Amino acid sequence: MSDRKPRIRWHIVVFLAPAVAVYSAFMVFPLFNTLRLALYTEVDNVRQFAGLENFRRLFFDPLWADAFWNALGNNVWFFVIHMLVQNPIGILLAAILSHPAIRFVSFYRSVFFIPTILSFVIVGFAWKLILSPIWGIAPALLDAVGLKSLYAPWLGKEEYALTTLALVSVWQFVGIPMMLIYAALLTIPDEILEAGEIDGITGWSAFWKIKLPLILPAIGIISILTFVGNFNAFDLIYAAQGALAGPNFSTDILGTFLYRTFFGFQLQLGDPHMGAAIATAMFGIILVGVCIYLFGIQTRLRRYQF
Amino acid sequence: MNKARRNPLNLFAAHAILLTWTVVALFPVFVILINSFKTRKAIFREPLALPDADSFSLIGYQTVLRQGDFFGYFQNSMIVTVASLFFILLFGAMAAFALSEYRFRGNTLMGLYLALGIMIPIRIGTVAILEMMVALDLVNTLAALILVYTAQGLPLAVFILSEFMRGVSDDLKNAGRIDGLSEYVIFFRLVLPLVRPAMATVAVFNMIPIWNDLWFPLILAPAEETKTLTLGSQVFIGQFVTDWNAVLSALSMAILPALILYVIFSRQLIRGITSGAVK
Repeated sequence: MSDRKPRIRWHIVVFLAPAVAVYSAFMVFPLFNTLRLALYTEVDNVRQFAGLENFRRLFFDPLWADAFWNALGNNVWFFVIHMLVQNPIGILLAAILSHPAIRFVSFYRSVFFIPTILSFVIVGFAWKLILSPIWGIAPALLDAVGLKSLYAPWLGKEEYALTTLALVSVWQFVGIPMMLIYAALLTIPDEILEAGEIDGITGWSAFWKIKLPLILPAIGIISILTFVGNFNAFDLIYAAQGALAGPNFSTDILGTFLYRTFFGFQLQLGDPHMGAAIATAMFGIILVGVCIYLFGIQTRLRRYQF
Repeated sequence: MNKARRNPLNLFAAHAILLTWTVVALFPVFVILINSFKTRKAIFREPLALPDADSFSLIGYQTVLRQGDFFGYFQNSMIVTVASLFFILLFGAMAAFALSEYRFRGNTLMGLYLALGIMIPIRIGTVAILEMMVALDLVNTLAALILVYTAQGLPLAVFILSEFMRGVSDDLKNAGRIDGLSEYVIFFRLVLPLVRPAMATVAVFNMIPIWNDLWFPLILAPAEETKTLTLGSQVFIGQFVTDWNAVLSALSMAILPALILYVIFSRQLIRGITSGAVK
């Protein structure tokens, strides 16, 4: 580090060493080792270099490709639901909470955040029970408002299960975009809003024309957080539908697909190399998303300093 | 801005939305908690009624305490969470101090290297992590989980703490140096107490994902004696899926510690999110 100077400042090394060692050994190294393992395969219990063979199988061999594209497609839909439902609800709640006429703000904030602190296991099972036709809470509630005909055992139907789980996840995580947007809205100085008011921009139009452009950077951040979180999701699907992501793989996303492939389930043996290939694909997807955000979105957003 | 104040309809709509979401957010937790104290019959006959003298029953909790080692799971979760937080805070603060305090070659590069992990989830490396834990003979130990969570938490901890440490006055540190204090004493005695609020924020940020994680306990430590509360309740509920009393009680017992932690730390958490997160 300071090799040009006569003495090495050892305290710098001592301060940095533990963090760098643990981080390198248990995060960076396994990450690259996983990417490397994706290039190998196992023949008769011997690890052999296989080049891009695993990826060819994953993307094109019908045995793997069907499951992979299914999981990827489901994952994209999972993300789309979050962007279309979670973030607008979060922004709406934040906009209401930041209004000066609203009282008990800290009470509402705390309550809206409660689902976020619960584990996926709790959330998955709790909703599974509530939506279950055996218990009958969901049909009874729909019946109370005269919509009983709308009820279906959503988690058991191929066409609804994924969307239902995505909405459950939205329910759980709405607190995060709400908090971040709320914080961003609070930083807007009153003078700007008052200047708008003088020009006759109030209420909703003040929100659309003044506040929304100013919180775009925060919306960018929640979008990329949602993206990374969704393409790395696993727990909720596993807790609610099991490793097979039923019914008939209709709720399979990349995380559950990785788990099944890598760890094995029922009759299929685990395959670390194909698992590594899936992990590499997830890494690529997340990397592309983060790069689009960093270079395509973040740099183009105009930031205002007050 | 104050249109709503003049327009009662808008204000009414705003309150209606907030109350609706309050109900939506609390309803599932409420239903689980009240039904965990009811007899099986009452659970199905009147799922939305509060338990009364007639329907009150603790049979679910009795099953849970007899069949599952929930105190053991809870203890494992505590050990893993507290130890991980301790190492994240200690190592993170040390590295943050080195990066924010000293000028040396490679400082920026080291900062970038450590920041890389903020966006890339550690789960991607699971295949190699398991292989390494097998080689180190750490499978089914809590140490494996602690190491992984420490590595996962460090990037954000270093990032947040070094932002804070740049704000600590140089005069104080230089006064310490003139008094002949070593760099280590300056760090532990002078700087650490000053960044305590930031450390609390980092701790609360990391606490929830570590406590709730299902992925790594499932893969690295699924043995009965190393199960965390999250994994333990998942397995338990999977086995007792038809025993509704037991399932509802197990869920309630998993909800309770999270709620208690939240009540204790919610101000810290919310302040952390709203103050530093959006930069």
